[in-house]
Amino acid sequence: MRHIINILDLSVEEIEELMDTADDILANPGRYNEVCRHKILATLFFEPSTRTRLSFESAMLSLGGQVLGFSDSGSSSSAKGESVADTVAIVSGYADIIAMRHPKEGAPLVASMHSRVPVINAGDGGHYHPTQTLTDLLTIRHEKGRFENLTVGLCGDLKFGRPVHSLIEAMSRYAGVKFVLISPEELKLPSFVKQEFIKDKGIEYRQSRSLDDVIGDLDILYMTRVQKERFFNEEDYLRLKDTYILTPEKMKLARPDMIVMHPLPRVNEISTAVDDDPRACYFRQAYYGRFVRMALIMKLLGVHAE
Amino acid sequence: MNIDSIKNGFVIDHITAGRAMQLYRMLGLDCLQCCVAVIQNVPSAKMGKKDIIKVDSSIDINLELIGFFSPNATVNVIREGRLIDKKHIDPPERLENIIRCKNPRCITTTEQEIKHIFVRSHSGEYRCLYCETRAN
Repeated sequence: MRHIINILDLSVEEIEELMDTADDILANPGRYNEVCRHKILATLFFEPSTRTRLSFESAMLSLGGQVLGFSDSGSSSSAKGESVADTVAIVSGYADIIAMRHPKEGAPLVASMHSRVPVINAGDGGHYHPTQTLTDLLTIRHEKGRFENLTVGLCGDLKFGRPVHSLIEAMSRYAGVKFVLISPEELKLPSFVKQEFIKDKGIEYRQSRSLDDVIGDLDILYMTRVQKERFFNEEDYLRLKDTYILTPEKMKLARPDMIVMHPLPRVNEISTAVDDDPRACYFRQAYYGRFVRMALIMKLLGVHAE
Repeated sequence: MNIDSIKNGFVIDHITAGRAMQLYRMLGLDCLQCCVAVIQNVPSAKMGKKDIIKVDSSIDINLELIGFFSPNATVNVIREGRLIDKKHIDPPERLENIIRCKNPRCITTTEQEIKHIFVRSHSGEYRCLYCETRAN
């Protein structure tokens, strides 16, 4: 039985295999609409989410399976003080696979230690979000056609932004990738992520506080939201939230084939005037999420299309 | 300074200078009824200065904890006044319920009866198994 807690739980070859399956689902959805018949996905969302939860539910329903679960901790037994371990021990008797989001970092790992069915981490605090990374990778493969030799700019909250950490970990496994880290001092990438996945691997990188200075060098601009829920002090949030706003004027400085990604939801860090730019692919990115989650559910359940 | 030799017990030698009192408390030696000597800032050719703890009782001690607080310490086991074993303590790969994670967002802050586990990374740092926050 496999659990997916971190993107590194999947090898490069397994990721390729998932991308291939997702592509085949996109091309031939009819082949897959019964593969999870009589299977149940439990979505245990101890923290609000729109895209991730609905994407998981849509993925399972599109595979012919069924879904149960809850969408905030107030409607679960955790409100009565039940532990993650106990909740998962119970739910794994009701479902064939679990997708779990929790505000506490490491909660899905605890769940995997007590579950009798595969657990997928659907986001744990500012820690990991592997299915977002799979979504990002499928987007990059579709939009850029490769993972190698890309200059990836990561902009905004690099400290608490879990998609950023996971994307760096995943992309650091491909040859010729360079990173440009764009953030205010207070939201810089944690030193251990930089050390382990960039410096120790000898990957070329640079840091900048200015988006304008570096946007012209990028193949991919990965924007992030400054997340209010990660701050203990509202003053800090208010001071930092508007540091970077991507506008059509800034897009004029970018290459004609650069793509703009964002894990969504956005607040104001990308002006809506950018949405019509063909290089803005964040809505296509969200769309791909369903298919890569379908591929992952199939892999963990060990089911295949006829 | 003269400290009597031990008859049955152990000597924790080559403790990083300044850490003996912390180790003394962490090992629970303050609860023992036997003779315990904590010697600080002893001149050492190899280390410059070191701390030593002598315990005149054959009790089980947590070697992982010693390896974490003072990597490269040694434990000399004494029986009937004679050295019968000398253990070189390497830093442990994993710590269970020795230290707690300081990250307020870590699941260990809320989950009941969870083991507090830290794992040694390739760079020698200890990180929380659950949230990967570095141990202080």
